[in-house]
Amino acid sequence: MTINPQGQQDKYRGKISQRVERLSPSGIRKFFDLLASMEGVISLGVGEPDFATPWHIREAAIYSLERGYTMYTSNLGMPELRELLSRYLKDTYNLEYEPGGELLITVGVSEALDLAMRAIIDPGDEVIMPDPCYVAYSSCVILAGGIPVMVPTSEENSFEVSAADIEAQITSKTRAILLGYPSNPTGAVMPKDKLKQVAEVARRHNLAVVSDEIYAKLVYGVPHTCLAALPGMKGQTILLGGFSKAYAMTGWRIGYAAASSEIISAMTKVHQYTIMSAPTMGQVAAIEALRAGKDSVAEMVEDYNRRRLVIVEGLNDIGLSCFEPKGAFYAFPSIKATGMTSEEFAEKLLIEEKVAVVPGNAFGKCGEGYVRCCYATSLADIEEALSRIKRFVDRHC
Amino acid sequence: MLKEILKILEGDARITAEKLATMTGTQVAEVKKLIKKAESDRTILKYKTMINWDKVGDEQVWALIEVKITPQRDVGFDAIAERIYRFPQARSAYLVSGTYDLAVLVMGKSMHEISDFVAQKLAPIEGVQGTVTHFLLKRFKEDGEILAGREETKRQPVIL
Ligand SMILES: Cc1ncc(COP(=O)(O)O)c(C=O)c1O
Repeated sequence: MTINPQGQQDKYRGKISQRVERLSPSGIRKFFDLLASMEGVISLGVGEPDFATPWHIREAAIYSLERGYTMYTSNLGMPELRELLSRYLKDTYNLEYEPGGELLITVGVSEALDLAMRAIIDPGDEVIMPDPCYVAYSSCVILAGGIPVMVPTSEENSFEVSAADIEAQITSKTRAILLGYPSNPTGAVMPKDKLKQVAEVARRHNLAVVSDEIYAKLVYGVPHTCLAALPGMKGQTILLGGFSKAYAMTGWRIGYAAASSEIISAMTKVHQYTIMSAPTMGQVAAIEALRAGKDSVAEMVEDYNRRRLVIVEGLNDIGLSCFEPKGAFYAFPSIKATGMTSEEFAEKLLIEEKVAVVPGNAFGKCGEGYVRCCYATSLADIEEALSRIKRFVDRHC
Repeated sequence: MLKEILKILEGDARITAEKLATMTGTQVAEVKKLIKKAESDRTILKYKTMINWDKVGDEQVWALIEVKITPQRDVGFDAIAERIYRFPQARSAYLVSGTYDLAVLVMGKSMHEISDFVAQKLAPIEGVQGTVTHFLLKRFKEDGEILAGREETKRQPVIL
């Protein structure tokens, strides 16, 4: 009930659609509110780089504003950006995408995910995805009228999803497989041979594979395998990528989808009515990132890697066993030794030691017993957080 | 591995051998050995602290001196350069390409002190054809550090 300016109670109660009502999560809301009210918190709960966007990229965007690049772009995105992206995918994965019809520039991978689901799903269609996974996956499927089907993954298998487990979930309603590796929240990277097995299942059952490869450049000592680059997979893969994580460009909101012209034109239909075009300033920045961002990325990756090694060793020393994440910027330690649930652990740790981590169950049932710790945080903060977590665990174990 | 260790130490000299070992996936003993060797062969010249003296109100005057010299037979610029850089007032000295030969960064307590140094010590050296003195007026960035302060990251505390 709200009070209007005349001091009367506003009687209107809007009906919220069931589809939206059903979307999770409110349980974790309480935790966020608590966090927002506290000061002096070290947050390992973030999901983005701690670097500001490299200066050459920001400077290019500033210059574009001076020159008056303030209008809509083509629905598909600026031709120059699509050209560069096409070349990038060719150089990196030997994949050929036509800039004029097989690439779409989106408002982050977030929009691309939504478009992909809306483009391929009819009501009741099922989409298979690993559990735990990025929070938006199941919601995007639900919003498109589909049904998310979770395939459990576990620490014992390095949180890699198995082809056999996927195949076991396939029904006549299955429309697609949705993968996100390197993984948020686990940091897992799919080795090529395992990914090949998944690809085989997809081909055998004629399923589309939506592959969110936003963390592709953030891998440490292992290669990233692009799903679309596996033999015979380009046609049925919707490859999603973006600039947010690798180039520290989360606020610019630029991502992309690469797929067959049929799928891209379907996605573009939705995009043109809901978005028109991705932000122009962000697209200009993305052009600069593709042209000259290589060294900045390499430097950031090197830096993340050092912090990764420090946090993983630190957590293991504390007694929170932590499998070695090979990608993204998250560590996903088990907190089972404390006997607490993920939410209890996160809430108590926040209240008692002022360290914020994300309870693993926010990412699916299989995330229970774990917490996500982002190490895209200064080394000093990581070390302070580790010593607070140690104090906390020593007290409770 | 040595390069990796040196890179980390260049950014922060206080990182312990234990932490360096973790960050580079090396044994602690091996890290210590590499550092010791780098120190003894002068790969690591010294460990120092970068200070913004303005903060403590300490008056320091700096000048960049362009020095044009006549190279000498057999030793080129080196002999004259050495006569200059041996003065403790010369904090850095470089041979450069372009319209002059040596760039010397000089520090003193006052402009007067520096101009005395240039007029009485540097300029009269045999082989020095001329000098141009540029006093530093404002320091924006020093060795990669922006003096006005690092950018704060303005992040949301939790993003899923
Ligand atoms: C796995 C994954 N996919 C997509 C996104 C969204 O990224 P974007 O900023 O490109 O919308 C995120 C952001 O946290 C993510 O972790």
